[in-house]
Amino acid sequence: MAAIAAACVRSGEVMTDGSTRTLPLDDLHRSAGARFGAFAGWSMPLTYPAGVMKEHLHTREQAGLFDISHMKLFEVSGPDAAALLSKACPLDANGLEVSQSKLTFFLNDQAGILDDLIVTRLGADRFMVVANAGNAAADEAHLRNLAKGLDCKVDLLDRVFLAIQGPEAWAVLSRAGIETGSLTFMHGIEPRQNWFMSRSGYTGEDGFEIGLPEADARALVEKLLADERVMWIGLAARDSLRLEAGLCLHGQDITPETDPASAALMWAIPKDLRAAGAFIGAEALREIAARGPAEKRVGLKPEGRQPVRAGAQLFDENGNPAGRVTSGGFGPSVGHPVAMGYVSSGLAKPGTKLFADVRGTKIAVDTHPLPFTQHRYRKG
Amino acid sequence: MATTYYTEDHEWIRVEGGVATVGITDYAQEQLGDLVFVELPEAGRKVAKGDVAVVVESVKAASDVYAPADGEIVEANTALSSDPALVNSSPAGDGWLWKMKLSDDSQLTGLMNEAGYKAMIG
Repeated sequence: MAAIAAACVRSGEVMTDGSTRTLPLDDLHRSAGARFGAFAGWSMPLTYPAGVMKEHLHTREQAGLFDISHMKLFEVSGPDAAALLSKACPLDANGLEVSQSKLTFFLNDQAGILDDLIVTRLGADRFMVVANAGNAAADEAHLRNLAKGLDCKVDLLDRVFLAIQGPEAWAVLSRAGIETGSLTFMHGIEPRQNWFMSRSGYTGEDGFEIGLPEADARALVEKLLADERVMWIGLAARDSLRLEAGLCLHGQDITPETDPASAALMWAIPKDLRAAGAFIGAEALREIAARGPAEKRVGLKPEGRQPVRAGAQLFDENGNPAGRVTSGGFGPSVGHPVAMGYVSSGLAKPGTKLFADVRGTKIAVDTHPLPFTQHRYRKG
Repeated sequence: MATTYYTEDHEWIRVEGGVATVGITDYAQEQLGDLVFVELPEAGRKVAKGDVAVVVESVKAASDVYAPADGEIVEANTALSSDPALVNSSPAGDGWLWKMKLSDDSQLTGLMNEAGYKAMIG
């Protein structure tokens, strides 16, 4: 069983290899019995003793606590902050209300997705940008480069970043002394000094993401874990939760080789910007949208029990190449395998019968609407 | 009297009367996490030492399980088709993977016993 041996070796390396970064709350995860693995250069808790299945279901039923401190918070501030973000992203930063958050992207000149980000307006000329771990260094360089000659600055914040997700998330925060009543989905505020809290997440559930100083984070974690409705959730369940919720993982489902039109993410770009925006990649995106993307991101539901995973090739009923799987695994809440991937645009209609090649066997898969589990966001 | 061997790939092999029952160890199932699918071999399939005999799939990943010796599959644990989690709950019991008739049981002589395996995983 080479894969198991490799996994053991890898986790051994993570503990001794200085090039893998350790989370500020690493000691808490170790004492909670976490199993670790490397992700985007970080040693991350993959699972806790409850296991991925229980962790996943617990998040959908009660409240899961995630350490997502590998992700990066940038504050962009100054008179030209909105101009910088409106250039870097297909976003009308000046049109955001204070506390409003938007999913957006850094695109390259070909409209390829360099990263997906959440931008929140904190004040008249202050914005919070949340970036993916694996892209954080490139994102920072990209922003600083575009900021040259503009009157604004980019600050990389040193924060612990926690997510608390699930139908009980608001109630457990309330018991921990943090009121969330006025905050609705995709809004973010600074409830205390050096805190940033948004009602958002990566699970499809109601929930919050909180960036805060380490000492405050330790105190908050202790309070939250004292509540029987809360348990630590590892990266493995974070992945199965987001996949059921139809949310993209950058580096797999969206990459510099895919654009927002192909990725079925045009809803994140305001109509007037699609038509006349001057953001980086705007022209290329308009060309792609005008001629129609050659392929589209879709949900994929394998028949039967066998998971179909990232990298599997897809074929139509006649055996012609039809696309590829970009994420796949098992959906504990839906109780069957779930996947997403890209298929030729003509095959994107839900219910289209395709086949995935898994180790030489053709597994029947249907294109399926996303998400697999309905989002339960608190939109106010 | 059955003899049980262990491999460096975290498999156990229980041999009785020339037939080997093969499964993965408790340590291995713990490393893999919750299993959701087991791809089983058909009876009658001939395997050589090192061939992939079974693929076990957890929520996150697929892992190969190798034939520890040459032989012929005589039975797969079909209970795993409907309940793959048996491998997690009872890796050395009801969660066995397959039985095979060994062509040459001397191929197993270099393998570890239980004490040796426990020393290896620490």
